[in-house]
Amino acid sequence: MNTFHLQIVTPDGLFFDGDAEKLIVRTTTGDVCILARHADYVTPLGMGQAKLTIDGKVRKAACIGGLLSVVKGEVRLVPTTFEWAEDIDKERALRAKEKAEERLKNANDNKELAIIEAKLKRALVRVSVSDK
Amino acid sequence: MAGASMKNIKIRIKSVESTMQITKAMELVASSKLRKAKERVEKSRPYFEILHNTLWDITENNREFTSDFVIKRNVKKVCYIVIAGDRGLAGGYNNNLFKAVANHIGERSKEEITVLPIGKKAVEYFEKRGYEILTKEFAVAEDVSVSDCFEISRLISKEFLSRHFDELHIAYTRFESMLSQTPDVIKILPLSIEKENKETDNKSKMMTIYEPSSETVFDSIVPEYISGMIYGAISEAWASELGARRTAMDSASKNAGEMIETLSLKYNRARQSAITQEITEIVAGSEGT
Repeated sequence: MNTFHLQIVTPDGLFFDGDAEKLIVRTTTGDVCILARHADYVTPLGMGQAKLTIDGKVRKAACIGGLLSVVKGEVRLVPTTFEWAEDIDKERALRAKEKAEERLKNANDNKELAIIEAKLKRALVRVSVSDK
Repeated sequence: MAGASMKNIKIRIKSVESTMQITKAMELVASSKLRKAKERVEKSRPYFEILHNTLWDITENNREFTSDFVIKRNVKKVCYIVIAGDRGLAGGYNNNLFKAVANHIGERSKEEITVLPIGKKAVEYFEKRGYEILTKEFAVAEDVSVSDCFEISRLISKEFLSRHFDELHIAYTRFESMLSQTPDVIKILPLSIEKENKETDNKSKMMTIYEPSSETVFDSIVPEYISGMIYGAISEAWASELGARRTAMDSASKNAGEMIETLSLKYNRARQSAITQEITEIVAGSEGT
């Protein structure tokens, strides 16, 4: 299978720099799949699972926020947070989920509500990615 | 007379010694913090660079200049995000940065400038000189987190879109190595590429797909970009501050050591001359009888 050069980078460091066969990520408008020789492409990322195929093996990760760009065959995934499924602390994610659910009940204004909802979403993504 | 000067010298040696203890301690604290800060810089640097390059590539290939972030405006007001230290005692760290900013401002009058200072020293400096300050919420450079960067970025994008200012620059100190740090001012907004020659213009006729649309892409990516740049700049600045402080404190300790050496030399001389005088007096006294 043809490969393309992929870089995954977040403020916490460079997560991946190498050749990949297939990349599936959740954008703000739905899942997209990037294969080799994709046309130039830019899109913001949503919150969800990223699936990366390298040498026929699939790696999963929680990928939240940021952007995906393809320029002249170079694919760059620049999320706000990115965690490989095996690195996710499921206990912590579950705790965060419960805490957010708890706080959601007592939220007062819209701004607070939005922050808590975002927290809950992140926790849910982490839990679901580490489950599979 | 000799006794008094001996006592004075002793007091001075003591005070220099205690200063040296402080500078030594500060140096140690700075170097241990520096190790962590350096790691953070090394981790965030690829992000900083790739994000910058990506945005650059996107804007370069952009044919539909519809987003407010890319359109060049008449510059009536310029915003500077100035990232300096929280404390002094770091050699020329803060001053060098302020000088770089002043140079960059150049001829512009105070009314055309607005500043978002990060770090207590930056707040003090721009407040004293009567510049317009956007917010003082992020005064402590050491405590600024990733989520704070997002908040700053949201604020900045809002102000930029409401045409409060027309250009955005970040002033920070780049961390070159443990021993050298250079102040730098980089332009962030608007995201327009200065087209130097038309050749490159014709070459990149590639179509780029923006999903869902180029405006949405820019409107959601640019705040991300700004916060990424701020975070990177803060990491660099923080490491630079520690590096500068370590060097400054190292030379201060060395100076103190030298001072103690010359002072103890003086002290010994004074002591010796006091003894000699005493002996002469005794001899003179015994000769008299």
